[in-house]
Amino acid sequence: MAKIIVVTSGKGGVGKTTTSASISTGLARRGHKTVVIDFDVGLRNLDLIMNCERRVVYDFVNVIQGEATLNQALIRDKRVDTLYILPASQTREKEALTQEGVEKVITELSKTFDYIVCDSPAGIEHGALMALYYADEAIVVTNPEVSSVRDSDRILGILQSKSRRSELGLEPVREHLLLTRYNPARVERGEMLSVADVEEILAIPLLGVIPESQIVLNASNQGLPVILEDESDAGQAYEDAVARLLGEEREHRFLTGQKKGFFSRMFKG
Amino acid sequence: MTETATTGAQQSFQLKGATVPMTSLELLYFDSDSFEATLRDKIRQAPGFFRDVPLVISLEKYQGAANELDFFQMIGICRRHSIHVVGVRGGDDDHNRLARNASLALIPAGAVRERPAPEPDDKIVTEDVQTPASTPQAASPVAARIVTQPVRSGQQVYAPEGDLVILAPVQAGAEVLAAGNIHVYGPLRGRALAGVHGLETARVFCQSLEAELVSIAGHYKISEDLQDQGWKSAVQIQLRDNLLVVTPLDKA
Ligand SMILES: Nc1ncnc2c1ncn2[C@@H]1O[C@H](COP(=O)(O)OP(=O)(O)OP(=O)(O)O)[C@@H](O)[C@H]1O
Ligand SMILES: [Mg+2]
Repeated sequence: MAKIIVVTSGKGGVGKTTTSASISTGLARRGHKTVVIDFDVGLRNLDLIMNCERRVVYDFVNVIQGEATLNQALIRDKRVDTLYILPASQTREKEALTQEGVEKVITELSKTFDYIVCDSPAGIEHGALMALYYADEAIVVTNPEVSSVRDSDRILGILQSKSRRSELGLEPVREHLLLTRYNPARVERGEMLSVADVEEILAIPLLGVIPESQIVLNASNQGLPVILEDESDAGQAYEDAVARLLGEEREHRFLTGQKKGFFSRMFKG
Repeated sequence: MTETATTGAQQSFQLKGATVPMTSLELLYFDSDSFEATLRDKIRQAPGFFRDVPLVISLEKYQGAANELDFFQMIGICRRHSIHVVGVRGGDDDHNRLARNASLALIPAGAVRERPAPEPDDKIVTEDVQTPASTPQAASPVAARIVTQPVRSGQQVYAPEGDLVILAPVQAGAEVLAAGNIHVYGPLRGRALAGVHGLETARVFCQSLEAELVSIAGHYKISEDLQDQGWKSAVQIQLRDNLLVVTPLDKA
C-alpha cells in the first residue's frame, strides 16, 4: 500500500510544485518507488520542472476518462529510475477530475508504488480538494508572510474536515509544515515572519525550512528538481526534509542570515 | 399504522413543551431596500450571530400601512441571508391575516420577556421569546461542547445551547459561537460570540486576547477597540451596562 502525500498551501505561488518535484525525487533517490501527480489541470507545470514536457502523450484526465491506461500515461524520469510522473491535462476543465476517477487512479497506483505525491493547485476549490482528499500525510507549504500563513491555516482546517480520513473517522492526516522562500535577512529586518512565529501560529510540526534562493529559479528553468543540486542550500534543505519525512532526526539549517564560512560550518559556530 | 396512533401502536412523535430563545426584529415600517440594507449592515457587524437563527417579526411598533406589510418579501430577504422568519408578534387583525397568509405563526405578545435594546435606535433586538408550553418541563442542564483541535481559519464551531470550551487556538479567520460562555484555553485570534441568543451574563475567557471580534449578546468590539486592554494576555470579557469590559484573569 502506497503512502499518499499531498503538497498543498491554499495560497498560490508559494512553492508547491517546486516542493513536489524535489520531495518526490528525494524519496525515489532513496530507492522508494514514487509517482508524482500533477493535479493542476489547465496550468500544468510540474512536467516543466521535471523536464519531461516533451514526453507527455497522455495525461491524468485521459486516464480518468478511459482514453488511456495508466501505463501509457506514466512518464519514467530519466535521472532517477524509481520515479514516475503523471502529468496534468493542459486542455481540460478542472471538473474533469471526478472523485471516482481520482479514486480509481490512486487505488491502482497504490498497488505498485511506495509513495504517491500529489501536487495540489492553489486555492481551496475542486482541484485542491481532490488533491488532498486521499492523503495520508500533508506537506503544507507556507511562505513567511501573513497571508500565506492564513491560507495554510485554512487548508489545515479543510484537511481536518474534508479529507477521506476525516470523513471516515480514521486517524487524522499527518500534517507537516514546510516553510519555503525563507529569507533570514528579511526576517531579521522584521519584513517577514520568523520560523518561530509561523510555528507558533500554525501549531504543527516543522518538516523543514527552504531558503529563498536564486538556485531554485535556475534549477526549475533547466528542468531540474533543486534537490539534485546537492551543493546548494535549498537542495540540502529539501534533502533534510525528505529525511525527516522518513523519520530521521535532523537539525534545522539555513535559519540565520550570515553566510557561514567553511570552518564555522565544520565546527558548528 | 398511520391511523392507529391512539390505539396502542408506536406513535411517530410526542408533543413536548419547549422554550426556544429567538431574536425578534422590531419593525417600524417596511421598505424592501432599506430593510435589506439594514439587515446586511447588522449581519456584517456580527456574521455568526445571525446565521440560521429563527426570527420573530414584532409589529408592536409598526407605523406603516397594512398594505405595505409584505411578509413574502421579508421572508425572501431574510432567507437570502440565512435567517428564518418563523412568526409575528403583536399587530392588528389585518396584520395577523397577512401573516397567516404567509404561513407565519402568531406569537402572543404576552409570552415575551422584554430586554433592553443594545443601542437606542436598533431595530433588531435580541430577547427571549417563550413559546407557550403545553406540557412545561424543567430545563435540564446542557453540557458544554468541548473542542480539542485548533479551530482553523474558515471554520466555525457553534454551541447552540450551552457553553463552548476550546482546548486549542482559535485562529484568525475562525469563528466560535455559543449560547452561553466561551472558554478558549489557547490564543483567541478569530471571532468569539457568546450569548448569541441574548444571554447578557455570558462571558468570554481566553488565554491570550488577540481576537478579531468579541461579542456578548450582540454587543461587540472589534480588534482595534480591544487592543488597549489586556491585549495578548489572559482575560475575561463581560457585559456591564451595555459595554464590553475586559479584565485580566489574574485580577478576577
Ligand atoms: N526557495 C525558493 N527560492 C526562490 N524561488 C522559489 C523558491 N521556491 C519556489 N520559488 C519560485 O517561486 C515560483 C512559484 O513556485 P511554484 O511554481 O513551485 O509554486 P506553486 O505553489 O506550485 O504555484 P501555483 O500555486 O501557481 O501552483 C517559481 O518561480 C519558483 O521557482
Ligand atoms: Mg504549482
